[in-house]
Amino acid sequence: MHVPVLKQGGYLIASVQSVLSDADLLQLRDDLAERVGQFRSRGVIIDVTVLDVIDSFATRTLRAVAHMLKLRGAETVIVGIQPDVAFAMVQLGLTLEGVGTALDLEEGLAYLNRLSKKNVKHGK
Amino acid sequence: MENDGTSVAINSNADIVEARQKGRALAVELGFDGSDLTLIAAAISEIARNIVDHAKTGQIILNAASQGSKRGICIIAKDQGPGIKDVAKAMQYGYSTRKGLGVGLPGAKWLMDEFEIDTKVGVGTTVTMKKWLH
Repeated sequence: MHVPVLKQGGYLIASVQSVLSDADLLQLRDDLAERVGQFRSRGVIIDVTVLDVIDSFATRTLRAVAHMLKLRGAETVIVGIQPDVAFAMVQLGLTLEGVGTALDLEEGLAYLNRLSKKNVKHGK
Repeated sequence: MENDGTSVAINSNADIVEARQKGRALAVELGFDGSDLTLIAAAISEIARNIVDHAKTGQIILNAASQGSKRGICIIAKDQGPGIKDVAKAMQYGYSTRKGLGVGLPGAKWLMDEFEIDTKVGVGTTVTMKKWLH
């Protein structure tokens, strides 16, 4: 199922609505890479609250998305990984190394705000 | 009465989602709950993906399992693909013959209570895995 991407100020929010096939994940990756340029977004939140499984392919793709968007100048934060999903990921040895994570949408926004403040400071 | 099994044909990666949803539904029916449901679904996802990546097509067969007083779920992944030349290597964490993370088979083994691979080069691979209710 297609993942809707909303623009919220300088950020994009991709809110996963149902289980995702591999093709959906790849579509999301391509959509976000394009939208980040279109809206000149500095940050992207991917909300995976509804996902009941994050397997090796999903992990690899989420990592790829974050790294691609970083190359496009945007920070990515994955929010809403459920406790059971996190447990299964740990059992599988899957990590989201180098990718921001936060508890929920609110924390994800706070995470991006903190990052952008830090960047402004360093830019001066 | 033993459940006589549900079979899900795996022809493309879209079928992986169906296999894990049916597996999860059967696991609920059999009395699994909480994180076990996620672990079972994740294990199905990994072995179904293994079929798509290496054999292109195959099937996932979902069944109730019992052994003595133990009750659980049995998941069989069957393909007529190329087979695995070096099973020990394929079961090594981080080993992949393609662009994957090398997590699939060893990962599925960790998630389940029992895990067996029967493979023959040129004939195919059958993975049988079980999880018991605690």
